[in-house]
Amino acid sequence: MIWILDITLLFFLVVCAIAAISIKDLLSSIIILSAYSLIMAIVWVEMHSVDVGFTEAAVGAGITTVLFIATLARTEGRSED
Amino acid sequence: MSGIQESVIIRTVVRIMVPFIQLFALYVIMHGASGPGGGFQGGVIFGAAIILYAMIFGISEGKKKISDSFDRILASTGLTIYAATGLACIIFGGMFLQYSAVPLLPDTALVSKYLIDLVEIGIGITVLAVMISLFFDISPPESEAGEVEE
Repeated sequence: MIWILDITLLFFLVVCAIAAISIKDLLSSIIILSAYSLIMAIVWVEMHSVDVGFTEAAVGAGITTVLFIATLARTEGRSED
Repeated sequence: MSGIQESVIIRTVVRIMVPFIQLFALYVIMHGASGPGGGFQGGVIFGAAIILYAMIFGISEGKKKISDSFDRILASTGLTIYAATGLACIIFGGMFLQYSAVPLLPDTALVSKYLIDLVEIGIGITVLAVMISLFFDISPPESEAGEVEE
């Protein structure tokens, strides 16, 4: 465990989480959520849970982003609230 | 057709990358028992390779590779492999997925090694088929596609 790396990653994780829910443009929100998943995968690997990190990188950063963007193509693309 | 589907660079890179992504997915599936990875992760990566191909070359081109009926056959085949392996263990007197009960080879550790790989392959096939069908069902029809990637 490298504590300074952990602190940095968790800081970026919180920044990404807040940005993903506060931004108005939904495409940007999806991309930020994908970045959140990537950082989360690194955090899992850092906590010696390689299997979970692998799943997070494949599903969280890969498939869900594609599915969200495909959904967005059928909707408006801007948040009302 | 939008900009990213006409780009020569993206089309060439995807054409080169897809076989390597699929090879990596097979590696992940086969090493699931001994290292990180497994049937689920490998299936997701294999499905992502085909989704990438369908995204760049168009949904109809992707459906030529894996049609809806073939997708359904794949999903049920994987589940059948998984269930048949588990039930074979019951038939030979063990519990569900108790690999050492199957008298395939004299060495029970080797039997369980091979059967775990078989189960992982079944999981991988089902997961890749479901991921592909999720993408095909959720993606917009060809005429209105590409509005978001302007």
